[in-house]
Amino acid sequence: MPAPKRSPGGTRARLLFGDLWEFDPAPETADPKLKARYDLFIDGKFVRPRSGRHFDSINPANERKLAEIALAGPADVDAAYRAAGRAFGPWAATPGRERGKYLFRIARLLQDRAREFAVAETMDGGKPIRESRDFDVPMAAAHFFYHAGWADKLEYVAPGRTAAPLGVVGQVIPWNFPLLMLAWKLAPALAMGNCVVLKPAETTSITALKLAEILQDAGLPPGVVNFVTGAGETGALVMGHPGAAKVAFTGSTEVGKAIMRQLAGTDRKMTMELGGKAANIVFDDAPIDQAVEGIVDGIFFNQGHVCCAGSRLLVHEPVAEQVISRLKNRIRVLRVGDPLDKNTDLGAINSRAQLATIRRLVASGVREGAVMFQPPCKLPERGFYFPPTLFTNVTLSHRIAREEIFGPVLSILTFRTVDEAIEKANNTPYGLSAGVWTDKGSRILRMSTELKAGVVWANTFNRFDPSSPFGGYKESGFGREGGRQGLLDYATFA
Amino acid sequence: MTPRAAGRIPITKTPKVYIGGAFVRSESSRTFKISAADGAFFANIPQCTRKDLRNAVEAAAKAGPGWAKRAPYNRAQILYRLAEMLEARSAEIVGSLVRFGAKSQDAAKGTSICVDRLIHYAGWADKYEQLLGSVNPVASRHFSFTVTEPMGVVGVIAPDSPPLLGLLSMVAPVIASGNTVVALASEKFPYPAILLGEMLATSDLPGGVVNILTGLRRELVPTFATHAHLRAIYASAEGDDRRALRLGAAASVKRVRFAAERGMGWFADSAQGLDAIRGFVEFKTTWHPIGS
Repeated sequence: MPAPKRSPGGTRARLLFGDLWEFDPAPETADPKLKARYDLFIDGKFVRPRSGRHFDSINPANERKLAEIALAGPADVDAAYRAAGRAFGPWAATPGRERGKYLFRIARLLQDRAREFAVAETMDGGKPIRESRDFDVPMAAAHFFYHAGWADKLEYVAPGRTAAPLGVVGQVIPWNFPLLMLAWKLAPALAMGNCVVLKPAETTSITALKLAEILQDAGLPPGVVNFVTGAGETGALVMGHPGAAKVAFTGSTEVGKAIMRQLAGTDRKMTMELGGKAANIVFDDAPIDQAVEGIVDGIFFNQGHVCCAGSRLLVHEPVAEQVISRLKNRIRVLRVGDPLDKNTDLGAINSRAQLATIRRLVASGVREGAVMFQPPCKLPERGFYFPPTLFTNVTLSHRIAREEIFGPVLSILTFRTVDEAIEKANNTPYGLSAGVWTDKGSRILRMSTELKAGVVWANTFNRFDPSSPFGGYKESGFGREGGRQGLLDYATFA
Repeated sequence: MTPRAAGRIPITKTPKVYIGGAFVRSESSRTFKISAADGAFFANIPQCTRKDLRNAVEAAAKAGPGWAKRAPYNRAQILYRLAEMLEARSAEIVGSLVRFGAKSQDAAKGTSICVDRLIHYAGWADKYEQLLGSVNPVASRHFSFTVTEPMGVVGVIAPDSPPLLGLLSMVAPVIASGNTVVALASEKFPYPAILLGEMLATSDLPGGVVNILTGLRRELVPTFATHAHLRAIYASAEGDDRRALRLGAAASVKRVRFAAERGMGWFADSAQGLDAIRGFVEFKTTWHPIGS
């Protein structure tokens, strides 16, 4: 990528790190060991879909085909549920001590093949290799390891009650953290003794099917975990199947509501992890440099394809000018491009459809009167890319301040008082996460108390851990993932 | 009607619903008649409308932040005070249950369980947090902790049997954690719930924390289902009502929980506890870096 030109009209020369030289390409070259064609994983085996149909999974970085993925129809989903139903009795009866060992094995085998999985994840989804290597894959392994240890300690999960598994759980996950979301869903369900039918997102099925190889290597009994691939129609079959004792969904609020309506006539248990429009609030006493890093991490992590992204920056008026100017400098040096390059900060947008959504919402921002800033940057000619984007002069009624964009687009609003910050932050139907930047401890605790969000990051952003419950308030969903609290959602109590 | 003492016409009570700390009739002025078990006319009961329900939600929303901010110890004492009010009027409560057909033995037992259940939840108010919340041993250098918060305004739909114990068993865990409630009393046996309103009014419970409506289920369930400011529903319901509540809940991703207990099931100790409290709190996780 050529160095961006410094503005010639500037009154004084400004040195921007990375401005004076070009980076050599530093591609990650580990072999992702992809198959040309992936079938369904049912009853411990890879099986051809009864539909006889496959669809292409492409690399969003260059639009090249990576592999063919099986399209699961009603008969396939049914076969997966039957296999899971058969496996459930013996699996639930397996002592927790032994069940846990399978999960420990999965964690270890995933660590063994971490680089291979990271490359596969980046090629399939478009995220920078730095993130898949340092975040997605190690965190997925950590989730299996953490939950493995719970399997023989379930009597401590709910004081005074005896926890028991629910049965077969149907799960549908999104394309933004394909392997990590899969680990979030599988690990607690299995530790509790449930069996699973899971559908990955249609654009990012590959790492799930690679994980199926690990499940085989780990000797996990057939049918305990089944993967059916496909798009929304397959997802609706997984969510609606009468064999499911519970469904867990991560995705958009719109689809979450549709699932709730679809299942209104049943007594199915549900967990919903839906959209967000998080406020990241910067006070005038905040450490500004750290806050700017946190804002960048909050919105540009994974190209902004993050349900808990800090997509609304609320900045205290006394420091607004300073924060915005430093933020503009900072994003001038973000490197957008080849996701497999180890220096890349922003990789590819996951799909053509998502790129169109981002473009549509950005255009609405311009049309509604917000002021757009994009640093000069040359995007690769093939593939789906979008430059880091800031909007100033945003008001609460703008679509870009209300709707989830799910892209590298930050809407900036200002506030004068603490009460105004709280009011603006909570003025959304969502409630997944929020950020607060201030040096004052009592203010952090007050904000954390008043913000209607399931996760509050104070002087940090986008932190995750298997031991730390994650999930939303309001239209961001219900149920938690992670920690003891997350296990409760996969159990019934006597 | 109350039995007539020799030579004196007794004063009968006009049943009113309890909304925002005040006793009111339905805004529609509609009523429905209820009779005692022996068939004699007893009273006209307010037949609340969706407008009454919306008014009650508004009252509950106003009372919410103040109630949630009360110290758990204070909420505990107020619930205990409510138990004191019930204990003092238990003869009247037993009478109201028997009048509508409960066996006197069941009525007496149910009433004492009502009082004991309130004390059970009074004791929980300052304890559940330590059992539900956590400090999270994260791998990075952060302090991460999870606390619970009330959901907000919760809609409660009480069973017909037992009308008072069912209602109280649902309301108590919901308010113990700082939620406020809009409750619909049993359609068949609404009078004990009206008595409960009178006790709530003298129990130090701030007005609006618990609002009790009477009326017809089929008229009010649709509004309970769709009212976006009700953040959760706790209902004793079956079949079509369940479906309607779930369908309406989808529009605003409302939390819906159905009471598993039926009839005498409400009398058991298993009908109370931490689980019911957990059903109406949100978990909030906060992170902060630890300096190096």
